[in-house]
Amino acid sequence: MGALVEVDGIHVRYGDLVALRDVSLSVAEGEVVCIIGPNGAGKSTALTAIAGGVAPYAGDIRVGGVSVLGLRPEQVARLGLSLVPEGRHIFGTLTVEENLRIGGYIQGDRAAAKADMERLLALFPRLAERLRYPAGRLSGGEQQMLAVARAVMTRPRLLLVDEPSLGLAPRIIDQIYEILLDLRQRAALTLLINEQSSNRILKHADRIYVLRGGRVQLEGPAADLRDGEAIRHAYFGFGEAPVAPLDAPA
Amino acid sequence: MIQFLQNLIDAIALGSIYALVALGVGLLFGILRLINFAHGDFITIGAYALIVPSADVTARLLIGGWPWPVMIPMICLIVVIVALLADALVFRPLRRATSPTLMIASFAVSYIIQNGVLMAYGSRPKAVDLWSGANTQVLIGDLRVPMLQLITLAVTLVLMTALTLFLKRTAYGVQMRAAAEDFRMAQYLGVRGNVVIGIAFAISGILAGVVSLLYTTQSGSLSHTMGVPLALFAFVAVVVGGMGSLVGAVVGGFAIGLIVTMLQAYLPPELRAFRDAFAFGFVILMLLVRPAGLVPARSTFERV
Repeated sequence: MGALVEVDGIHVRYGDLVALRDVSLSVAEGEVVCIIGPNGAGKSTALTAIAGGVAPYAGDIRVGGVSVLGLRPEQVARLGLSLVPEGRHIFGTLTVEENLRIGGYIQGDRAAAKADMERLLALFPRLAERLRYPAGRLSGGEQQMLAVARAVMTRPRLLLVDEPSLGLAPRIIDQIYEILLDLRQRAALTLLINEQSSNRILKHADRIYVLRGGRVQLEGPAADLRDGEAIRHAYFGFGEAPVAPLDAPA
Repeated sequence: MIQFLQNLIDAIALGSIYALVALGVGLLFGILRLINFAHGDFITIGAYALIVPSADVTARLLIGGWPWPVMIPMICLIVVIVALLADALVFRPLRRATSPTLMIASFAVSYIIQNGVLMAYGSRPKAVDLWSGANTQVLIGDLRVPMLQLITLAVTLVLMTALTLFLKRTAYGVQMRAAAEDFRMAQYLGVRGNVVIGIAFAISGILAGVVSLLYTTQSGSLSHTMGVPLALFAFVAVVVGGMGSLVGAVVGGFAIGLIVTMLQAYLPPELRAFRDAFAFGFVILMLLVRPAGLVPARSTFERV
């Protein structure tokens, strides 16, 4: 199966701060891929760059083999990529229903969007009960559910999920992963997920990238990395590192 | 008591005008973080479109002479076109610019429009007789109310209702509210940023067009800087009401109308010349007590 998204040696910086150096990764149709890494590793930047929110100054990003560099985020969204950003970014003054409708407008087909919303609400009974609430009044877990549901309303092929478990209780995190994997089956979704910790995601992911200091330190099938030793090395960067340390001369 | 009610009606009528102008300014600020000082000049354009372009002192009506069902949409259309041109030529190339840069650019647009009007119409103020019948007074009980004030109030209510319905009930309205709260997130969900911004400019143009008609009817004269004080008071209204909140813009507009009218009525005559200084003094006091405005907006400055 061909790659849905290929990130090809991108460099991203914010002013003087280099966020990503020569990062390459790819996600094939139907895969669950996870990027793990400590805070500040560049995970969010990678997802933001794929979604068109920040422009790399070198390298290329291709969706279905076609470069998306220079496209605005709303154009990338129309290619079937949908981002659930870190911190959820719910429209707090809009109702839950309006938040969901925003995602549906991209289809240009009201009836289809309405049908999608009804199918989704069956999966999210908590949201169905609170349709007319201002979304800002939802709990953190409910807001994360809403952010996922809203992104799925755009009918994406690839869902980019940035730290879905941030600040949530373990029970809620389990629910969110259950729903993500359920949606993957129902909506034929490909998933690219960022997380800080690997223990939960190792069960679900097909492949893993470990990012630290803006570089890919390790990549491989999740099945090969289950014992966790290689991941620990890559993640913390001490011990017998399987890759060269960051500032080693080339 | 009658005198006070009379003043109150004046205040509401003046406040309506400020509220309409403040809505136009507030809408663009909400979505674009643009403080558009050229909004006053959009109003000027609408007013000058009423007359034949010439440097003569007496103005001959052009569009202003047409029957009102054609004239009102035509004036609004002209202002909308100017507003969309300002977006396409000036603000769109500056989409990634910071708020202060956008504001400076709006000063440039303002001066370009003012000088364009100077070139086409000359510098002397012109007398215009538009709907002078509307200045007759209606007796309500013991109150004498100029017809125009009632029209102004009615028009304001209609426009605010229409804008509210648009924002709450239509697809573009919901997208506009989402974009005003979190522009980037709206884009990630496929909301077309430039379309939504264009609609905001168009609505702001319609509001400016209507204000130009109400204001010209009341003042009976045109000048190339006529919109500047309106924009200034509207900007103050937006700040007093709460930056980024449309309800705040309306509340702020009425508050400024009330302050200005009551100072005009109750200041000792020798101090009336300094009315605006007192008015702005009041504004500073209000902001000291409520720095976020009367109706603070949520998440105004969270936009990335």
